[in-house]
Amino acid sequence: MLLFWALVIPFGTAVLALLAWRSLEMQRGISLIGALALLVLTVRIAIRVATEGPFAEQAGGWPAPYGITLVADGLSAVMVLLTGLVAVAVLIFSFSDVTEGEKHYGFYPLTHALLAGICGAFLTGDIFNMYVWFEVMLIASFGLLVVGGGKAQLDGAIKYVGLNLIATVAFIAGVGLLYGATGALNMADLHGRLMGRGAETPILASAAVLIFAFGSKAALFPVFFWLPASYHTPAFSTSALFAALLTKVGVYALIRVFTLVYDIDGTPIAALLLGTAVLTMAVGAFGALSQTSIRRVLGYSIVSSIGYMILGLAVATPLAVTGALFYLFQDVLVKANLFLGAGAAKRLAGSEEFGRAGGIWRVRPWFSLLFLIPALSLAGVPPFSGFWAKLLLARATIEIGSAGLTFMVLGVGFLTLFAMARIWAAVFWSAHPEGDGAITERLPAAMLVPLLALTGAIVYIGIDAGPMVEGAAAIATGLIDPQAYVAAVLGGAE
Amino acid sequence: MELLLAILAGSLVAAGSYLMMSGKTLPYLFGLTMISNAANLIIFASGRLTFGKPPLVPEHDKTIADVSNALPQALILTAIVIGFGLLVFALTLSYRSYYVLKTIEMDDMREAEPIAEGNS
Repeated sequence: MLLFWALVIPFGTAVLALLAWRSLEMQRGISLIGALALLVLTVRIAIRVATEGPFAEQAGGWPAPYGITLVADGLSAVMVLLTGLVAVAVLIFSFSDVTEGEKHYGFYPLTHALLAGICGAFLTGDIFNMYVWFEVMLIASFGLLVVGGGKAQLDGAIKYVGLNLIATVAFIAGVGLLYGATGALNMADLHGRLMGRGAETPILASAAVLIFAFGSKAALFPVFFWLPASYHTPAFSTSALFAALLTKVGVYALIRVFTLVYDIDGTPIAALLLGTAVLTMAVGAFGALSQTSIRRVLGYSIVSSIGYMILGLAVATPLAVTGALFYLFQDVLVKANLFLGAGAAKRLAGSEEFGRAGGIWRVRPWFSLLFLIPALSLAGVPPFSGFWAKLLLARATIEIGSAGLTFMVLGVGFLTLFAMARIWAAVFWSAHPEGDGAITERLPAAMLVPLLALTGAIVYIGIDAGPMVEGAAAIATGLIDPQAYVAAVLGGAE
Repeated sequence: MELLLAILAGSLVAAGSYLMMSGKTLPYLFGLTMISNAANLIIFASGRLTFGKPPLVPEHDKTIADVSNALPQALILTAIVIGFGLLVFALTLSYRSYYVLKTIEMDDMREAEPIAEGNS
C-alpha cells in the first residue's frame, strides 16, 4: 500500500485544507504536516526500491495488465523523493512569501492537489492513467497561476492554459492511436508488444503525437512559449514548484515512454529528439540573455536545461542516460533554490527588474551566497552538482565521437554562466539605484531555512558526487534494459 | 464506418485549427473543443467498431474477438469529463481576462511580457 499512500496523503491534505477554509492558521499547519508526511513516505519508497528493486501495486486487486498499476522503480522513486523534499522547502518558504489574499483563495489545497498529480504521474504504470494525472496537475497549476488575480497573472495564465490544453489533446489522441495499434495501455505490457515494431506507421504516428504532447509539457523547442510567458507571474513559491517539478514531469514522461514503451532503434525518433534537444538548449540560453528580470532569465534557463536532459535521452548510450538522469535529479534542487532565492532577493531589493534592484551583496553577503551557489551550479561550475551533470553529458558526446554535440554542451554552459553573471551583476553586485540604505529588511527564517537546506544539498551532491553518479548509472541500466520493471508489474501481480 | 470517422475527425481538427488561429480567446477555446472531440473520435475508432454486440466477455474467455470493446468508451468518458472541466475553467479565465485586460486579442495581452522600449 506504500505507493497508494503517495496519492492519498497529498489528496487528503488538500481536502483537509479545504475543510479548514476559514482558518489560514489551520490550513498552514495541515499543509506542513501533509508535506512532511509525504516526505517521510517518499523516503520509505526510495529505501524499499534501493533494497528490493522495483515493485508494483495493482489498483483494486485487478491483475496487470488489466487493472491500473502503480510502479516504483529507481527513476520514479528518486523523482517522488525529490517531490517530497521540494514540497517541504516550498511550503515553508510560502509562509512568508505568499500573500494573505492568495492563501484565502486556496493556495494550500491547490498546492497539494498539484503534488498529488505530480506523484501520480511519476508512479503510474499505465499510460492512460498518466494522462489523468497530467490533468490533475494541470488544473491545479491553472488554479495556482491565477490565484493572485493580477493582470500579469491572467495574461500568463491565458498563454499557459491555451498552449497546455493543445498538448493535453495531443496526449489523449496519441494514447488512442497507441491503443488502436496494440490493444494495451499498461506500459510494461506495451514494452513487450512493441518490441521490434517501432518502425510501423501507426506506432510511429502515435510516437510523433506523444513527442509533441510531452515536448509541450517539458517546454522543448519549438513548443516552449508558454513557459517564459507564465512562470514569472505567480508567487515565488509557486514559480519554484513549477520550475522544479512541473516541466520535469514532461521530461520524466519522455524518458519513461521512449525507453520503456517504444522500441526506438532504427526509427527517426532519436534523431528528432536530438535535433529538438540541441535547438532547445541554444534557444533557451540565448533567450535567457535577452531578458532583464530575475525570473524571466531563469524561465529561459529552464528551457535550456530541459534541452540538456533530452540530449542525454536522445544520445541513449548508458553514459548519456546516466548524465540525463543526474542532470534531471540535481536540477530539481537547483531550480527550486534559484526561484526561491529570487523571491528572497525581491523581498530585499524591492524589485526583480534589473534596473530597479541591486546592492544585495554589500548588505547581505551570506544570503547572496545562497543565490550564487545554485547559479554557478546551473552554469556547470565545479565543484557544484551541475558541473558533474554537464561533465557526464560532455563525456557521453565525446564517447560517440560527435564534436558538434560536445561543443553545444560546453558552449551552452558558457552562455548560461553569462546569463547568471548578468543576474549577479545587476541584482547583487551593482549598487542599489536608491542607495544601499534602501535595503533594510531582514529575511525571515521561513525564507532562509529552505534556501540553506537546498543550497546545502547542492554543495553536498557536488562534493560527494560519486555515489550519486553510481546510483544514476544503476537507474539508467534499469531503464535501458527494463526487465526488472516489467517483471515487477507483470510477474509480481499480487 | 472507420473512413467516415476518420474524415469527421480530420474535418474537426481542420475547423478547430482554423478557429484557434484567429488569435482571439473565445474562438480559440471553441476550436480547442472541436479538436478534443476529434481526439475522442480517434479513441472510439481505435477500439474497433463492432455493431450490435454486447460489451460482455464470455466467462473464462480472455479475448474480446466477438464482443464490443467497452474500454474506449470508458476512456472517452474520462476524457470528456476532464475536457469539460478544463473548458469551463478556460471559459471563466477568458471572461475574467477580458474583464481585467479589456481585450480578447491574444497579441494585445502584453502584461506578462511587456515589449521593451525601442523594440516595438
